[in-house]
Amino acid sequence: MPLTGVEATFWAMLAPFVAAALGPVLTQRLKHNAAWVLAVFPALIFLHFLTLVPGVSSGEVYTAALEWVPTYGVTFSIYLDGLSTLFALLISGIGTFIILYAGGYLKGHPQQGRFFSFLFLFMGAMLGVVLANNLITLFIFWELTSITSFLLIGFDHLRAASRRSAIQALVVTGAGGMALLAGFLLIGLASGSMEMNEILTSGDVLRDSPLYVAIFTLIALGAFTKSAQFPFHFWLPNAMEAPTPVSAYLHSATMVKAGVYLLMRMNPVLGDTALWTTVLPIFGGITLIVGAVLGARQKDLKLMLAYTTVASLGLLVMLTGTSAELAIKGAVLYLFGHSLFKGALFMVAGTIDHEAGTRDVTKLGGLRQAMPITFAAACLAALSMAGLPPFIGFIAKEMLYDGAWQVLGFGPGWALIALVGNALMFALAGAVALKPFIGPKVETPKHAHEGPVLLYAGPVFLSVTGLLAGVFAAFTGDLFINPMISAVTGESYTYGLYLIPKHINAALFLSLITIALGSFLFTKLDLIRAQVDKLVKAIGWGPDKGFDQLITLVVKFATLVTRTVQTGSMVSYVRATFIVLAVFLYVPMFATGTFPTFSAIQNLTFYEWTFVIIAVIGLGAVLFAVNRLIAIVSLGILGFAVAIIYLLYGAPDLSFTQFMVETLSVVILALVMTKLDLQPRDFRLVKDRVFDGVLATIVGFGLAFLLISIVELPFNASLSEFYAQYSRVIAHGRNIVNVIIVDFRGLDTLGEITVVLVTGLAILALIRVRPKGEKAEPLVAPEPVRNEEGA
Amino acid sequence: MNTVIFRTIAPYLSALMILFSIFVLLRGHNEPGGGFIGGLIAVSAFAIYGIACGVAAVRRAITFHPLSIAAAGLVLSALSVMPSIFLAQPAMTSQWLQIHVFGTPVDLSTPMFFDIGVYLVVVGAITSIALALEEREQK
Repeated sequence: MPLTGVEATFWAMLAPFVAAALGPVLTQRLKHNAAWVLAVFPALIFLHFLTLVPGVSSGEVYTAALEWVPTYGVTFSIYLDGLSTLFALLISGIGTFIILYAGGYLKGHPQQGRFFSFLFLFMGAMLGVVLANNLITLFIFWELTSITSFLLIGFDHLRAASRRSAIQALVVTGAGGMALLAGFLLIGLASGSMEMNEILTSGDVLRDSPLYVAIFTLIALGAFTKSAQFPFHFWLPNAMEAPTPVSAYLHSATMVKAGVYLLMRMNPVLGDTALWTTVLPIFGGITLIVGAVLGARQKDLKLMLAYTTVASLGLLVMLTGTSAELAIKGAVLYLFGHSLFKGALFMVAGTIDHEAGTRDVTKLGGLRQAMPITFAAACLAALSMAGLPPFIGFIAKEMLYDGAWQVLGFGPGWALIALVGNALMFALAGAVALKPFIGPKVETPKHAHEGPVLLYAGPVFLSVTGLLAGVFAAFTGDLFINPMISAVTGESYTYGLYLIPKHINAALFLSLITIALGSFLFTKLDLIRAQVDKLVKAIGWGPDKGFDQLITLVVKFATLVTRTVQTGSMVSYVRATFIVLAVFLYVPMFATGTFPTFSAIQNLTFYEWTFVIIAVIGLGAVLFAVNRLIAIVSLGILGFAVAIIYLLYGAPDLSFTQFMVETLSVVILALVMTKLDLQPRDFRLVKDRVFDGVLATIVGFGLAFLLISIVELPFNASLSEFYAQYSRVIAHGRNIVNVIIVDFRGLDTLGEITVVLVTGLAILALIRVRPKGEKAEPLVAPEPVRNEEGA
Repeated sequence: MNTVIFRTIAPYLSALMILFSIFVLLRGHNEPGGGFIGGLIAVSAFAIYGIACGVAAVRRAITFHPLSIAAAGLVLSALSVMPSIFLAQPAMTSQWLQIHVFGTPVDLSTPMFFDIGVYLVVVGAITSIALALEEREQK
């Protein structure tokens, strides 16, 4: 594959996974300085996507595909238009600085290598989400982002709060992922294609489909859970348990926008219906207000930022939900600006935490002299977040007010919701960026000073980019924003972008009101905090608590089912299995009246009979064994005799394996015996023995009849002939059995060894389970679960 | 089981069995053998060593946790599916490379690495079960 051009995107998608493998190794050698080397990967990816920008901005849509399983038409295909390119640039560009930041933030952490690894795995997954052309590919990467997010939130896995948050995020986004898969399958059914480029050009097919409501609901569920929309917003603030680089990267700049990405992506084919333009703005609007109000209640810098992220995501969903060009322009600009300023502010919050030892805003103050560079970056980012000129945030806010004011069916109502949300975010931006730095110096747990370059490179670069993107608005608009708007609306969009509004309109007045209201709220923030706190305490119940209740309910239900179904008696399990087996063996036989004719039995030679008799002797030994150990060993005799019979029929591989399996079965069964402290003697009552014996005989004969009937069918040799003919020619192997296992049917084997591994894990876990009363030594000191969020 | 004869012979026996298991693994493509069978032989070797000299000795001998070995095997197998993609062929198309070691031609191929992965998965997964069972027995 070439190293430049569209095809090189495959390399760019592979690169993060390579970096993930290198991360731990490099970190072992270079300590935290490995970040410098590792950051080269995302930087190169960023440059690669930058080379595609001229093409994309001139309206080009690139696709490329690698054949995967040509027999079934499965390809690994990518789709690059304005939307995916901007996302890819954000993921790789911000990713570069996140890697550097992680180098400084986790300096000296014993698991820093693992942390880099997880971050890169996420980066690769997220790139996959935005680049995938095939819906199933998109889904797989989507789930990978959930899993890597789980790993990163739970990175500090010794703390119970981290574990709880990680599981919560995984359950919420994972459940949404399931809905998404169902939605994708329905899209495939309705449109007849799983490829994005074909679906996006299918016009009204999906909107007119009878499945539309189902598709919309499922896709929206997937997007809402991922992008933390009300009432699924609660996992995002809890995810702040993760180290700050994760919060800056996954939980503000990229992953949580995957839901918005999906809605934007699907807008041309699913959007602009009554359902879409009602449901999305309502949920987005609620999320905006809920996020902003709850954010005002927080004292922790990271939690304040997390709730404003929830609010921003609500705003994005609300605007995307209008399907109107101007509102979408606002959404696209806001998404771009938000990634920059929120990523920067999170990193600032992390730096403050790292250097001053606390991120409680009431315990911080006067840091501007100690940390001048961080302060500057914080100011630039906060100004963009507050929506002041000449930052990109200002242009975004103008556009979204314009869009909300002019286009929406609910009229200026949406604009008012946006106004309240924005004013609150304005106040919070001030609180995050100014409160810790201005005013008299407050004694902090650590003696604060400026962080190393690894820590301030990211915030400085991102916030300056936010400024430059605003100042050179025309440039930003043509290269990045317009192509993305075209992709989201599905129609070419070429209007220029200006920093200075060309005429006085409602948006400008709304902006002025926002600033005034925001400044007022900023001065009253302590009061608001107290009031909201009171309100939340008065309500008392919230989705976060609901989540715990739901989980408790599920566990109770599972316990009930298990108690009912699982008696814990091995004997009854085996009996139940055998009875079911017998029914399935004999019912078809009697129903169709096909019984084996035993025509081949007279062809058996005397030496074959010899081993059959040995097998029968082994069986007899099992039945009459004085204790269980002897029975287990005798079972081995039976197995060996069968293995030799395989050998006689020319299946050395099979018989070889059978020998090994028999040997190991005897060893492992004997070990299980001693382990479970089983009585050496079998103490079943005589009537139980007779019942079990009869049952075993019936099932045994049933299986034998089935196998003999199968062998008596006319043999179709075409497959064997194919293997015999081609195993040497195509696969260069003379052992057909092995060639089938590792080559012709290698995919099956891959599945099988996965099962072997998972089974091994499960059995190991079962062995480790101790009987009640026997206390396992705890792996970690128990710690109370953090459970403070009321809403 | 703890007779002197058994304890003396077990290490040698295990070593031979491991060697044999690798032999069986590598010849699998052309003669009876392969990853599954080779893996099972290696597991028996570890089981014998464990019964004779204790689980701790086996864990020391194999350095890594058996499940890590199994996971590494799965990764190796999965990776061996990939190379053909970079040569613009469908995934899992086998790739062959013949090198000469001291004049002897040696065939390296992706199915071989796939089979080594199978071997490691079988060794790791079943050894972990066997060792866990033996371990409790001694307590």
